[in-house]
Amino acid sequence: MIEDRNAATAQGRPTLLDVDAVKMVYSSAHRTVEALGGVRFTVGDGEFVCIVGPSGAGKTTLLKCISGLLRPTGGTVRLEGTEVKAPPQAMALVFQDYARSLFPWMTVEANVELPLKQAGMARRQRRDLISSALADVGLTDVGSAYPWQLSGGMQQRVAIARAIAYRPRILVMDEPFAAVDAQTRADLEDLVRDLWHKLGVTVLFVTHDIDEAIYLGERVLALSASPTVVMDDIAIDLPDARDQIGTRSLSRFGELRKELYGQIQRARHTSG
Amino acid sequence: MRGAMFVQAYGDAARGLIGLAVFAAVLELLPRIGVVSHVYFPPISAIVVALVHEAGRAAFWVSLFLTLRSWAVGLAIAVIAGTGVGLFIGSFETLRRLTASTIELLRPIPSVALIPLVVLLYGSTIRSTLVLVVYASVWQVLIQVLYGVQDVDPVARQTAVSFRFGRWGQLRHVVWPTTLPYLMTGIRLAAAVALILTITSELIIGAPGLGKQIALAQSGGAVATMYAYVLVTGLIGVAVNLVARVLERRVMHWHPSVRPSMHRARTP
Ligand SMILES: Nc1ncnc2c1ncn2[C@@H]1O[C@H](COP(=O)(O)OP(=O)(O)OP(=O)(O)O)[C@@H](O)[C@H]1O
Ligand SMILES: [Mg+2]
Repeated sequence: MIEDRNAATAQGRPTLLDVDAVKMVYSSAHRTVEALGGVRFTVGDGEFVCIVGPSGAGKTTLLKCISGLLRPTGGTVRLEGTEVKAPPQAMALVFQDYARSLFPWMTVEANVELPLKQAGMARRQRRDLISSALADVGLTDVGSAYPWQLSGGMQQRVAIARAIAYRPRILVMDEPFAAVDAQTRADLEDLVRDLWHKLGVTVLFVTHDIDEAIYLGERVLALSASPTVVMDDIAIDLPDARDQIGTRSLSRFGELRKELYGQIQRARHTSG
Repeated sequence: MRGAMFVQAYGDAARGLIGLAVFAAVLELLPRIGVVSHVYFPPISAIVVALVHEAGRAAFWVSLFLTLRSWAVGLAIAVIAGTGVGLFIGSFETLRRLTASTIELLRPIPSVALIPLVVLLYGSTIRSTLVLVVYASVWQVLIQVLYGVQDVDPVARQTAVSFRFGRWGQLRHVVWPTTLPYLMTGIRLAAAVALILTITSELIIGAPGLGKQIALAQSGGAVATMYAYVLVTGLIGVAVNLVARVLERRVMHWHPSVRPSMHRARTP
C-alpha cells in the first residue's frame, strides 16, 4: 500500500488527489452497509487513472466521496492539498446517466453554459468556452438543440463538453459509457483520450469493464468486493498512442488483462 | 406524421361540432314537441334570444366583468401563495413531513362549508367570494407543487451540487423547472375550481356577478334569461380550460409528455 501511494510521485508528477483511508458506512434503520473499507490511493497531476470494480463494489460511492457529494464516515480526501468537504471548483463530474444529468428543459448550449453562469463568469468568456468545448467533443452544430433530441452518444458528449468547459484540473467520470452501444463507446473512449492529451487535464475514470480500463488508463486500480479497498495498482505500460484495433491486439494488452482478471477473480473468491 | 395528426385533430373537432349541433337540435325539439315543459325548459332558440337581449344591457357586462375579476384575482392569489408555500415546504424534508397531516386534514374541507363563516365576516361582498375561491383553489396548486418538488431527479440535483450551484441556483435551475409541469396541472385544476366557487358564492351569498344574475333571473321568473346566464358560465369554463391547456403545452414543450416522440426515450 505504501508503495502504491508513491507510484504517482515516482513518475515525477506532483500529487493532485490524495484519497486517504476513505471509509463509507451507509446505515439506515434496517441495515448497515460497509461500502468502502479504507480506500487509499493518489493520483498525480495530469495522470489518467482508471478504477475497475465489480457491480456494487462501491465505485459510485467512492466517487461521491472524492467529489464532496458525500461525506465519508472515515478518512480524508485531499485535492491540491486541501481537504475536500464540498464539491471543489477544480473538479468536474460526468455521470453515467447522461439523460438525467443533462437538464431536458435547456438547450445543449444552455446546459454547457449554466455551471459557468453559476460561477459568475462574464458572458463573453462563457461564449468562448462553450464553443470551444462543443468543438472539442465534435458537436458544433447542435448547440440550440435539446438534449433529448440527440442520440445517447451525443448526449454523453454534451455532458463531457459541460465538464471540460468548466475547466477542471481533474475530470471524474463514473461509468460514462456503460449505456451506449459498442461502436459509440469506442468513439467516446478515443475522444476522452484525445481530450486528455489536448487539455492536459487529469482523468479519474471508473468502469466495470477491465478492457476499457486498460485501453484508456496509464494506471488501473482494481477494487475488491465490499468492504472495498484498492486491491491492485497496475501501471499500464502500453504505448501512449492507442487505437482500438492495434492496441487491443498487442500481446502486452492480453497479459495485463489476464493479470487483472486474475486479481478480480481472486477477490471474488476471498470475499466468498 | 404531423399532417396525420393535423387531419385527425381536424376530424375530432368536426365530429365534436356535429355532436354539439345534434345536441342543440334535441334541446330545441324536446320542448317544442312537448316532451318537457316549455316553462322550465325553453327551447334553445329562446335562450339565445334572451342572451342577445341581455348582452345589450350594461348589467350583463358588469356582472361578467365582476365574475371574471373575482375569478382571476382569487386564482392569482391561490397560485402565488400555493407556489410559494409549496416550494418552501417542499425544500425542507422535515417541514414537509410536519405539515403533511395538517394539509391532508384541511384540504378535504369543501369550500362551500365555509360560506356561513365568510358571510358572518364579510357579508355579500366580493371579499367573501375571494376567500372561498382562494381557499378552494390554493390546495390544488399547493399539492401539485409539493409533488413537483418531490420529483426532482437525484442525478440532476447531484449534477447541480457537483457544479457548485448554491441553494438559489438549485431552486431556480433544477427544482423550479421540474416543478413547473406539476404547477401547470395545479393551475388548470385550480382555474376550474375557482370558477365553480366564484359562481357558487355569487349565487348563494349574492355577491355581485353572473351567479347573482342567475339567481335574480330565477326569482323573477325569467327562465330563458336564467339559462342564458348558465350558458355564459359554461362558456367561460370551456374557455378557461382551453387557455390553461394551451399554456400548459407551451411551458412544457421539453417535457416527455408533450415533446414530439423521438427515436430514443429519455432514460437509457
Ligand atoms: N444511499 C445509499 N444508502 C444505502 N446503501 C447504499 C447507498 N448507495 C449505495 N449503497 C450500497 O453501497 C454499495 C455500493 O454501491 P455503489 O453504488 O457505490 O456501487 P457501484 O460499484 O457504483 O455499483 P454499480 O457498478 O452497480 O454502479 C452497494 O451495496 C449499495 O447497495
Ligand atoms: Mg455505480
